[in-house]
Amino acid sequence: MTLKKVNAIEVKNVTKVYRSSNTETRALRNANLTIYDNEFFTLLGPSGCGKTTLLRLIAGFEDITEGSINLFDQEIVNLPPNKRPVNTVFQQYSLFPHLDVYENVAFGLRRLKKDESLTKKRTMEVLELVQMKDYATRKPNQLSGGQQQRVALARALAPEPKVLLLDEPLSALDLKLRQAMRYELKTLQRETGITFVFVTHDQEEALTMSDRIAVINEGEIQQIGEPEQIYESPSNKFVANFIGEANLLSGFCKTNGENGLCELYTGHSINLFVPSHIKQNDKVTIFIRPERIKIVKSSKDKSQLSISEFTYLGNAATIQLKSNEQIINVNLPIEDLKVFKKGDYVDIEFPKGSAQVID
Amino acid sequence: MNIQGENKTQNRIYSLLPLWIVVGIFMIGPLLVMAVVSLMESNVYGGVHFKFSLSGYRQILFDTNLFDEIEFNPAYLIIIGRSFMLALVATFISLLIGFPAAYFISRQSNRVKNILIFLVTIPFWTNLLIRTFAWIIILGKGGVIESSFNFFGLLDEESSLNLMYTNSAILIGLVYSYLPLMVLPIYASMEKMDLRLLEAATDLYSNRIELIRKIILPLSMPGIIGGSILVFVPCLGAFIAPDLLGGGKKLLLGSLIQFQFSYARNWPFGAAMAMFLLALVILVLIFNARLNRKHREYASQK
Ligand SMILES: Nc1ncnc2c1ncn2[C@@H]1O[C@H](COP(=O)(O)OP(=O)(O)O)[C@@H](O)[C@H]1O
Ligand SMILES: [Mg+2]
Repeated sequence: MTLKKVNAIEVKNVTKVYRSSNTETRALRNANLTIYDNEFFTLLGPSGCGKTTLLRLIAGFEDITEGSINLFDQEIVNLPPNKRPVNTVFQQYSLFPHLDVYENVAFGLRRLKKDESLTKKRTMEVLELVQMKDYATRKPNQLSGGQQQRVALARALAPEPKVLLLDEPLSALDLKLRQAMRYELKTLQRETGITFVFVTHDQEEALTMSDRIAVINEGEIQQIGEPEQIYESPSNKFVANFIGEANLLSGFCKTNGENGLCELYTGHSINLFVPSHIKQNDKVTIFIRPERIKIVKSSKDKSQLSISEFTYLGNAATIQLKSNEQIINVNLPIEDLKVFKKGDYVDIEFPKGSAQVID
Repeated sequence: MNIQGENKTQNRIYSLLPLWIVVGIFMIGPLLVMAVVSLMESNVYGGVHFKFSLSGYRQILFDTNLFDEIEFNPAYLIIIGRSFMLALVATFISLLIGFPAAYFISRQSNRVKNILIFLVTIPFWTNLLIRTFAWIIILGKGGVIESSFNFFGLLDEESSLNLMYTNSAILIGLVYSYLPLMVLPIYASMEKMDLRLLEAATDLYSNRIELIRKIILPLSMPGIIGGSILVFVPCLGAFIAPDLLGGGKKLLLGSLIQFQFSYARNWPFGAAMAMFLLALVILVLIFNARLNRKHREYASQK
């Protein structure tokens, strides 16, 4: 069964340059992406990479330098923010301090001139949805951070936007609350069916919540894909390093093609796909996740690899293997915790499909 | 902890001592002198007889007629009422001009903002008397306004617009004198405002007017109230603009008091009027504080 996907947002060749009297900042360079209706889409990248900029361009708070943005096939670049059927959950919540929770949430509906009974119904409905019904008469400064977060969410949801933009909405919360809110946000998105564009610099958040992720670095989109895709086959070193832990091992190519062969500088050979532009004896970087590497006991005369660090984590351990040239990180599963200790000589194996040549 | 806390408050009191002394000498002192003078007998050659008397206060409401009988005299009450109205209107006009001005300034770039605020404060650099005289040149017969009307043929040489010596002239003078005191506090509260709130409101479908009415106006309320008090209070006691631009035709409270200390040489009456004015101002402030609290209670209940 394939459903025809509806394009909620299309970002086409978007470039944004901030100009001030003496400097120019290229916050986005030729960005292209399509966000589908009903999708939980995440913009992920380190701080300063241009995530907020892209969100603000969609909301209409910044003028676009080049390119265009479509919202449900309608060009919106020339619409002011108050004419765009999208709403934003701001990073600092930005609740109106002089209005109580109810009035904050009803704000958008009132501006849209909805009649009083409908406004009341909808406001109470979303307050219920975020479990803040009992706080309707409180002022924002009488709420905790998590509660303000919920009100900000309710306020943005109340006018039933076609797309909800969320700029690092969880970053100001403490860890426990943040984790609980992840789940809630995801559920909320599924229940309401509203397209979420979610900004975060936290890769764990992105992986656990998103339908698809766009990884951004220095204003350029690095990769767009589902969480598994991005985690398991990152398209370049930046993505590999930014998401999860990665070993990037140096070696050279022996044969290329579908059933290629590379040799690491540690002497290990790996069978994997090697793109045809890589020729024999070319230097390659091979990417493999620490948890995919298998280690087995060995001895000093058979292997140059020894455990140089052993970090106990309770339910697992991370170990660092050192050979004369390279460091390899390996995650040790719980059943192997007692088997290995620091200083042991070991050998490693790469299960089929676990490694990948990376640019 | 507790002891430390007490120490802290004590320290604060001591460290503020110089301030208290200055305030005491330069603010409370003159007030006390005024209060004492208001309770003395007048001396026609200036100064006072050091003899207790309530005549200063009595004179506000009652007059002694030719037969030495005391009768009710509403003349001064009328003056007080007129002053009150004029100050109120002047404050309102200042607000109408000052709020948009402050809003405009607050929306400029930092550099332009600083220049504009500097310009707003420039009038304070010259004497109020001189600046008010300038308005005579502008409003007066054959002044800047009339001659430009003449120039464009809107007015023939003989007739006059009669701008001077009217309530409007006084109002122009008052608004001109105290407008900066309205602009500055409103500007200050607008400056403090979180600009992201404006973005949030726009995101939630506010147009420009709703942005002002629903967000900017309520959030700059402290500045509006502060500015209004700063304008209203001196307007109530003003005498330069009323004398010069109003021609002293219709006496106002400030001029009346000033007159008692200069030509009339009735210090106790002048001082009593001043104390009365002070009481009025305090009443206004109390009323305002109450209003504020009510407003806050109402807002947090709703
Ligand atoms: N208003 C602005 N003026 C100038 N430079 C800006 C402005 N806003 C953001 N930038 C710059 O643009 C880049 C991207 O910023 P931003 O989109 O906020 O990143 P992110 O949200 O990913 O942390 C940064 O280098 C930042 O300094
Ligand atoms: Mg950001």
